[in-house]
Amino acid sequence: MAEVTQADARPSAPPPREDWPGEDWPGDGWAGTSDPAAYVREDADGTAELDLVVENLHCPGCIPRIEGAIKGLPGVLDARVNLTTKRLHLHWRPAEVGAGTLLGAVTRQGFHLAPYDPGALRGGNAEEAKALLRAMAVAGFAAANIMLLSISVWSGLVSDMGPATRGLFHWISALIALPAVAYAGQPFFRSALGALRGRRLNMDVPISLAVILATAMSLVETAGGGDYVYFDAAVMLLFFLLIGRYLDLRVRGQARSAAENLMLLHAQGASVMTADGTSRALPIAEIRTGMRVWVAAGERVPVDGRVELGRSEIDTSLVTGESLPRSVGLGAEIFAGTLNLSGPLEIEVTAAGEGTLLAEIVRLMEAAEQGRSRYVRLADRAARIYAPAVHILAAASFLAWFAFGGLGWQASLLVAVAVLIVTCPCALGLAVPAVQVAAVGRLLKKGVLVKSGDGLERLAQVDTVVFDKTGTLTQGRPELANRSDLTESELGLAAAIAAASRHPLARALCRAAGEVEPLKAEVREEPGLGLAAILDGRDVRLGSRTWCGVEVTENDAPESELWLAVPGRAPVRFAFRDALRADAAALVAWLKARGLAVELLSGDREAVAREVALTLGIERWAAARKPADKIARLEALAAEGRKVLMVGDGLNDAPALAAAFVSASPAQAADISQTAADFVIQGEGLSPLAEALRVGVTSRRLVLQNFALALGYNAVAVPLAMAGLVTPLIAALAMSASSIAVTLNALRLNLIERTAQP
Amino acid sequence: MNVLGYLIPIALFLGFVGLLAFLWALKSGQFEDLDGAAHRILFDDDDLENPK
Repeated sequence: MAEVTQADARPSAPPPREDWPGEDWPGDGWAGTSDPAAYVREDADGTAELDLVVENLHCPGCIPRIEGAIKGLPGVLDARVNLTTKRLHLHWRPAEVGAGTLLGAVTRQGFHLAPYDPGALRGGNAEEAKALLRAMAVAGFAAANIMLLSISVWSGLVSDMGPATRGLFHWISALIALPAVAYAGQPFFRSALGALRGRRLNMDVPISLAVILATAMSLVETAGGGDYVYFDAAVMLLFFLLIGRYLDLRVRGQARSAAENLMLLHAQGASVMTADGTSRALPIAEIRTGMRVWVAAGERVPVDGRVELGRSEIDTSLVTGESLPRSVGLGAEIFAGTLNLSGPLEIEVTAAGEGTLLAEIVRLMEAAEQGRSRYVRLADRAARIYAPAVHILAAASFLAWFAFGGLGWQASLLVAVAVLIVTCPCALGLAVPAVQVAAVGRLLKKGVLVKSGDGLERLAQVDTVVFDKTGTLTQGRPELANRSDLTESELGLAAAIAAASRHPLARALCRAAGEVEPLKAEVREEPGLGLAAILDGRDVRLGSRTWCGVEVTENDAPESELWLAVPGRAPVRFAFRDALRADAAALVAWLKARGLAVELLSGDREAVAREVALTLGIERWAAARKPADKIARLEALAAEGRKVLMVGDGLNDAPALAAAFVSASPAQAADISQTAADFVIQGEGLSPLAEALRVGVTSRRLVLQNFALALGYNAVAVPLAMAGLVTPLIAALAMSASSIAVTLNALRLNLIERTAQP
Repeated sequence: MNVLGYLIPIALFLGFVGLLAFLWALKSGQFEDLDGAAHRILFDDDDLENPK
C-alpha cells in the first residue's frame, strides 16, 4: 500500500486481504471480522453449516425474503430464520456454492449479518428451558389425569361411591403422581437442597417440603383407606409453578440473547498491514503496539494510534460528544471508537489492550456497575418474607393440633400439609413472570429491546432523567441550517458535487437538496479539504475555507460550514448544525409533565449545549463533561436519593450508563454503550422511551396488584387451612382460581391506552 | 362398574400418547421460534421460492 489513490477512498472496496477470496465477498452488510469460512462447520457427510445473527430482522415479512433469497441458490439444503432470537441457520453443500455467495444473497436484501459459534453461546439457558418444558409436560399430564380421578372421588364422597372404588382410584392416582413428582419436582428439589446446604431459605424450600410431605402423607392415607388424599394438589402445584419458572426463564433468555446479538454484531476486527503490502484481518485482541492498521473511509477506528499515511476527518462524537469533525493528517493521534470520514488512513498502533482509551472507559464502567448489583428484585424481596412465614405457620398448626387439638400425629400432619399447599406460591410464582412476559413482548413491538430482566422494575421507580446531547437528543449528524439564505441553483450545484462524497456534511447537503441532476464532470476528493470539479472549463470547489480560498476570519459559531467557490462569483457559505431529533422536545415536555426532573450532561462545547438546553426547555445542564464528571454527577444525584434514568449513546457515556440506576441508549450508539444499557431504543425517534417508562410503571403496578391478590387469597385460605377445614377439593379450587386471576391481571398490560404519546 | 376396568387404562393411554407427542415436538425443535412459527402459516410456498 505505497500510496493512497482515488479508488481507495471508496469504502465499499475492501483493501486486499490475503485470506479473502475476491469473488466471495459477502457485501457491505457483513459484520464479521474475516472470511465467513472461518465460522463454517464441515459435517462428516461433506455438507457445511453456518449460524448467523441477522441484525435488522424486525418483521415476520423478513422471513420469506431471507429464506427465499437463499433457497433459490444451488446446493442449499436448508435455510431457517428464527424470528425470536433473530438468528439464521444455513446448511449447504460447499462443493456447489460458496459461503460468501450465500451471505451476499442476504446482504443484498439489506440485512446485516454476523457469524457466531452456537457451541459457545448455547449454554445452559436453552437446555434449561427444554428441561423445564419437559417437566411441565409431565406435570401437566399427571395433573390432568389425577384430576379426572379426583373429581370422581369428590362427587363419590357425596353420592354412592363404595370404599373399594375410592381405594382403587386413590391407588391409580398414587401410581401416576409418584413418578410425576419424582421427575417434575427435580428443579425445585435441587434448588432447595442447594439453598439448605448454604444454610439459607428460598422459595423452593417450602415448595419442596409441601410437595414431598403431601405426596408421602397421601400415600399413607391411601394405604390406610382414608378419605382425603392430596395427590392432585401436589402435582398441580408443580404444574403451575413450572409455568411461572418457564416464563421467567424465557424473559431472561430473551434479554440475554438480545445482549449476545449486540456483542456479536459489533465484534470488530482490524486490517493489519503485512510486510508484502497486503493486509490481513485480525481480532482486536491480537493487535500489538507497533503494528500498522488500515482504516478505510467510513470505518470505525479499531485501535488507538498515530496517523502514518493519508489525510482525513475524524468524527469523535461517540468518544467525546464533540459534534464537529476534526481533521487529521500525518502524526495526529486518533482513538479507537472514532469514525474515519473522508479518506483512508494507515495508522501505527500506539496502545493496545489495557492501554487504550477504550480499556480506560471499560475500567470506569466496571467500577460503576458494582453499585447497581445491589438491587434486589421484587420477587426475591417477597420470597425473603414469605419462605420463613410459611414454615412457621405450618409448624405452628401441626404443634397446635397435636398438643392441644387432640388429633393424632397423622391427622395433625395432614393439617400442616394443607397449610403448606394452600400457602404455596402458585400465584406468587406467576405474579412477576406473567407480567414481565407481557411487558417485554409489548416493548419489543414498540422498538425497545429489553436487555436486563429487572430493568423494567427499576425503570418504574425513576424520578430523574439525565440525557446526553450528541446522538441522543440530537440526531448525531449535521443538517443544513441556513437553507433560507441560499438560492435554488447554488444548492443544486453544491449538492451535485457533494453527491460524490461520503463526508457527513456532503451527505447533509444532498439530503437538503433532494433530487439533483447528476454532474457530467468528474469530481475529485481531497481528504480533509474538499471536492473539486471542472465545469465548463472552470475549477469549481466545495469544501473548507482554505480549500475555497476564503479569507480566514474568526470562527466561533456553534456550527460547521462548507463553502462553494465558483470562479468569478462570491463564495457561498453553507452552515450545518446537529439537528434535534424530531420528537426530542415532545419527549422532554412529556417527562416534565409527569413530574420527572430532566437534566442535560454533554461532553460538547458550552455554546452548543446551552442552545440545545434552551430549545428543549431543560433548566439544569452542564457542558464539557468528561466520563468521570458524568459519573460524579450521577453519584451526587444518587446520594440525594434520586433514581436516575441515564440516556446516552457515546463511548464517553458508557460508564455513566453503567453507574445510573437504570439506563437506555439509542440503537445507533457505540457498541459498548449498548452493552452497558438496560434498554436499547430502535428506530429514529426517542418516543419509545416514553412507552418504556409507561410500560415499566404499569407493570410494576400490576406486579404489586398480583402480590396483593395472592396475599388476599392467603389471608382467607390460611386460617381455613389452619382450622383444618381445607379439603383437597377446596385446595384445588383455591389454587387454580388464584393462579388464573393473577395471569389475567398480568394480561391487562396489553390494554393500557395509547394516548398521551409524546 | 366393570366398565372402569378398561375405560381408565384407555384414558391414561390416550393422555400418555399426547405427552409423548409433546415431548417429540419439543425434541425436534418446534418450540424454538414461537414468534416465527406463528407467521409461517401465512406465507405462500412461492414466497420462499421466488422472493419479490
